[in-house]
Amino acid sequence: MNPLVEFLVTSLVLLGSLFALLGSVGLARLPDFFTRLHGPTKATTLGVGAMALASSVYFTATQPGFSLHEIAVMVFLFITAPVSAHLLAKAALHRKAKKDDEPH
Amino acid sequence: MLNFAIELGFVLIGLAMLLNLWRLVKGPDITDRILALDTLNINAIALLVLFGIRAASTAYFEAALILAAMGFVATIALCKFLLRGDIIE
Amino acid sequence: MRMRRLLPRPALSLTLFLLWAALTNAASLGSLILGALLALGLPFAVLPFWPDAPRLTRPAVALKFAAHIAWDMLLANWAVARRVVGPVAKLHPAFVDVPLDLRDPFAATVLGSIVSLTPGTVSIDVDRDRWVLQVHALDAPDPDALIRQIKQHYEAPIREIFSC
Repeated sequence: MNPLVEFLVTSLVLLGSLFALLGSVGLARLPDFFTRLHGPTKATTLGVGAMALASSVYFTATQPGFSLHEIAVMVFLFITAPVSAHLLAKAALHRKAKKDDEPH
Repeated sequence: MLNFAIELGFVLIGLAMLLNLWRLVKGPDITDRILALDTLNINAIALLVLFGIRAASTAYFEAALILAAMGFVATIALCKFLLRGDIIE
Repeated sequence: MRMRRLLPRPALSLTLFLLWAALTNAASLGSLILGALLALGLPFAVLPFWPDAPRLTRPAVALKFAAHIAWDMLLANWAVARRVVGPVAKLHPAFVDVPLDLRDPFAATVLGSIVSLTPGTVSIDVDRDRWVLQVHALDAPDPDALIRQIKQHYEAPIREIFSC
């Protein structure tokens, strides 16, 4: 394999797994639900995006023809992550409002 | 170099999934658990893609795609259920 | 005018075609033709339940904006990563209400998604009566600066792209 391609794939894999880990650290470490929401929506999504890009570069370089279908997964993840975060935040707000309404 | 990076990637993502699992068990609220499940699923996609590179096979891609689609729908359905007490009204 | 009737959503058709090409690896002429047929047909299927989608009036601005967003996403992730690893007690999490000037549900969705992916913010709710976007910021010592940043950096280009 071309050393430049290998370097590119290596750095994308490392970047991706590092960001995936950082997002999960945020999920485990931060104090309340709304702050925890930030890690997975941003860092983990970018991490998997970088990983998919690495896979696309790798298979384009090693196999005949282009390998574009990882890009489709990447686009899908970038579109769905904000939507799930939005609905989760809405559900959390809804539950908080309901809990506050109940008599103690 | 690449092989080492891939092994390291497995370790890092494995750690990430352990952290997700911890949050999934600990909670405290159900929304935290759904978020942990969603993140676990996204990390599983990363793991599959990584495994595909290591095995030099594109066969893992379809599994990753299905995980992405099913995980999204599952998260949305669970949130909808929390919001309305019903998934399809 | 006839063009519009044959191709009601040119941007949607193009997106569908490119996505199909990516998904099938653009492997053969046959799959590309099938993708083209889908890209031509599917917009008609969405017309009944999505009658007045905004028109993509400035494609060049949209491309520049996309590159800008990609760069911002990297920076934002770096910022979030630093805060996640740093001391938790120093964070200033806050709910911030951003008043919107745009008046289109689709454009508001795009803005909400971008806000979720870029700075240290997650969009939580769009109030479509008052057109207010509620966001939660991970670290916002100065909410007014955040509102100004979202309006200048993200809302203004989106309004330009969709002319709304």
